[in-house]
Amino acid sequence: MSNIFSVVPIQHYIILSAILFSIGVLGVLTRRNAIIIFMSVEIMLNSVNLLLAAFSTYHNDAAGQIFVFFIMAVAAAEVAVGLAIIVMIYRNINTIDINELNKLKG
Amino acid sequence: MVVASKNPVHSVLYLILTFFTVAGHYLLLNAQFLALVHIVVYAGAIMVLFLFVIMLLNLNVDKEPVNTNLVKFAGAIAGGSLMLVLIAVLAKTNIMMPAHPANTQIGLIKNLGKVLYTEYNLPFEIASILFLVAMIGAVILAKKNPHTT
Repeated sequence: MSNIFSVVPIQHYIILSAILFSIGVLGVLTRRNAIIIFMSVEIMLNSVNLLLAAFSTYHNDAAGQIFVFFIMAVAAAEVAVGLAIIVMIYRNINTIDINELNKLKG
Repeated sequence: MVVASKNPVHSVLYLILTFFTVAGHYLLLNAQFLALVHIVVYAGAIMVLFLFVIMLLNLNVDKEPVNTNLVKFAGAIAGGSLMLVLIAVLAKTNIMMPAHPANTQIGLIKNLGKVLYTEYNLPFEIASILFLVAMIGAVILAKKNPHTT
């Protein structure tokens, strides 16, 4: 396979990552369902991963892809713990609307 | 579409679509191992977890909390301005270093494993400890607590 950057310049990947990241921020800001907020965070992590992989290929350096690997590991752990917390919240207050979560002590 | 759809299950399905497109980009970038791991971890594990929790909590469209239009508008303005600023700044940066000649071998498992187990051995081990902690934490959190309710 020939080099992708002779066809698509690196700027396009930067713009794509910025758009994906902004969609994630938009989701966090506008939604109230805690699960959908988690999904938006996943989108943001993915945009950063994509940019890391793009620059890793651009510089011919494997370290970027290793970092993507670690980010994936951390994201998986974060989702496991976060969804457990959401299930716990739902058991306690019967909703996952984040506007109802304004008390530290239920 | 992940953000816009009312039904959480539709959001999850659109998110899977997004993940597959990102995996396609990894393939284009000669990061074959990364594309494989991305599909397995995200589309396989994380999305199943999301769907499982959504079905466990029995969320429907009518139970979906809706923000006021003011908050939605403010969020759209803020997100759009962030995108504008990011694109305006990043598109203008001049990337000095010219692209190296293509090395299609870099994304294969052999080279990635060599780098991972030599230069990044300690972070790899720490990641395993992180997984252990996350696993124990998730089990403890999701366990029925006898003191509440």
